[in-house]
Amino acid sequence: MITATEIIRSAPAEICRPWLRHILPHADWIALAQTAPAEGWTLLAHWADTALAHALFLDPDSLRVVPVSTLVEAGRYPALSPYLPAAALYQRMVHDLWGHVAEGAADLRPWLDHGNWPLSPPMAIRPESRPPGAPPLLTGPEQDDAMILPLGPIWGQLDEAAHLRLTLHGPIVRYAEALLGFTHKGALTLMRGKSTRAAARFAARLAADATVAHSVAFAQAAESALDVEVPQRAIGLRIAMMEIERIAIHLDNLTEVARLAGAGTVRTKCGTLREVLLRATATAFGHRLMMDCVIPGGVAADIDANGPEAILRALGTIASELPTLRRLHDGPALSSRLVGLARTRGARGGVTGRASGHAFDVRTNFAPGYAGLMPRTAVLSEGDAAARQRLRLLEIEESLRLIGLTMDLLPAGPTTATLPQVSGEGIGCAESSRGDIWHSIQLDHGQIAAVFVRDPGWDQWPLAEQALRGAEAEDIDLIRTSLALPASGIDL
Amino acid sequence: MAPPNPSEPIDSETIAILAARLEAASQTRLGRSLAIRHINTGSCNGCELELRGLRNSFYDLERFGLRLVENPGQADVLLVTGPLTRNLKAALEQAWDATPEPKWVVAVGDCAVDGGVFKGSYAVLGGTGHSVPVDLTIGGCPPTPARILAALRTLLEVNAT
Repeated sequence: MITATEIIRSAPAEICRPWLRHILPHADWIALAQTAPAEGWTLLAHWADTALAHALFLDPDSLRVVPVSTLVEAGRYPALSPYLPAAALYQRMVHDLWGHVAEGAADLRPWLDHGNWPLSPPMAIRPESRPPGAPPLLTGPEQDDAMILPLGPIWGQLDEAAHLRLTLHGPIVRYAEALLGFTHKGALTLMRGKSTRAAARFAARLAADATVAHSVAFAQAAESALDVEVPQRAIGLRIAMMEIERIAIHLDNLTEVARLAGAGTVRTKCGTLREVLLRATATAFGHRLMMDCVIPGGVAADIDANGPEAILRALGTIASELPTLRRLHDGPALSSRLVGLARTRGARGGVTGRASGHAFDVRTNFAPGYAGLMPRTAVLSEGDAAARQRLRLLEIEESLRLIGLTMDLLPAGPTTATLPQVSGEGIGCAESSRGDIWHSIQLDHGQIAAVFVRDPGWDQWPLAEQALRGAEAEDIDLIRTSLALPASGIDL
Repeated sequence: MAPPNPSEPIDSETIAILAARLEAASQTRLGRSLAIRHINTGSCNGCELELRGLRNSFYDLERFGLRLVENPGQADVLLVTGPLTRNLKAALEQAWDATPEPKWVVAVGDCAVDGGVFKGSYAVLGGTGHSVPVDLTIGGCPPTPARILAALRTLLEVNAT
């Protein structure tokens, strides 16, 4: 059988910095999908533009990212999902946004399009106007003895909007199916035709728990496309911001999981630490969540004169509480609720992956600026909610080290590079608190011609549907928070 | 003086005085409390991150008599975030219908105020006001917990008078 590398080698390619994007005929597109699982190639993302379907693969042996494309002919392209189940949700999204049909897909029910948009498909060359239609229905296995528990889209106390339909047998979840798209804001359409600086505001608002990570991935993709070198000081500040974001979001998650598990001390301590950190970030970068602080070309503003001291003091407070937090997580209040809860299998990366034995983390190989810091990836094997919380604590510890080191090594100099108004294509990535983020951009004389932003949520929801099977219905909120299930980033 | 006989009927005048005092006390005590239901109409989660901050020890919204509820039927206030996506319009309207009068609608964040950066998108109506009447807006992207808390306390003062 022909190998994936051979398929790629024989195909014509376009420059998609820092990689090559290969244009495959339909037969090779399918052949690649067939051979990918056996060779350990994983599908990182799958999307389209008006003329082509795109897929982004990771080749784990040579540690390279492989973008491939195939032509959409008469509105159709061959489905990847028969060989790569992870493609299924993307294909539904591609159909909703561009109208392209993935031929051979088992499931082409609407995903983002709930029948409420005034035009369809919104990203096609000529979208057609249409009257409001019927909302999509979820079809789980119907059983006489089963009870259906629909949750959401408005669900929880201060959470994102998503719908989960549980098929229960007594108190036990037999089957869980998610429907998202409620928070779809049309971000990709709004980004199209804008300058990278203007579009960065949308990248920063895809998912606020990864606003820095999305902004960095977007900026990198733009800078790659334009072949621009970012000043070292900006790279250092970006790393500091990304790691601060990771600590802040992990602390938010530790707070919320402790609240739902009834562990008052952990909840109070983590909530306080997060607030201490956010006040320091406001001093250092001018915004508590660091929204819009990273821009294509560098960072929006240099760190405030009082910033380093404020940040380091907050980090010191967090470091001094970590031993106590670790001890409390091993204590009965939390471990009785979290041990064995929602064990996941097959996650590639993110907290979920690294808590279940999979060490993938783009900071160790793809993300610029990290190599000199020698980031250490913590990995645990149990894969349950308890392991995820322990991993979050370990990641906070490592982020504290990385920020300290970055701030020490921060070189003097400019914080932005000028962006030329040229054409090009690029890919960027970042490791958010929930997992790896990938952005792909095509620029036409500095304006965005095509863009896709891949949030880790695309991997998280199918995993959650698996992990929820066999869980108790009353633990659903706790499981949802433990897996940090997002909506906005995946809803686009 | 003979001790009061518990079985003796209480005179109606005493009952009336006690009832008036109870009403006054409940107005000042119970009136200074609001049940809040949060409705996400497509937020990026930024407003939620800051709203969750309201529960930490620095802000601790419960000490002001502000508490979060999950059932709109028990709510006095709908706290709405997000630019009102078309896909969540029905959910907001259902929650509004289910909230008993008198009720307040508070639009939190630039998106809920007027659609924010997302206004003009095919997928977005552009603010809470496109679907239900809004009583109070809190701008910011996202607004800080201090700003949200200050606005909610204003509502509490209005409600108590």
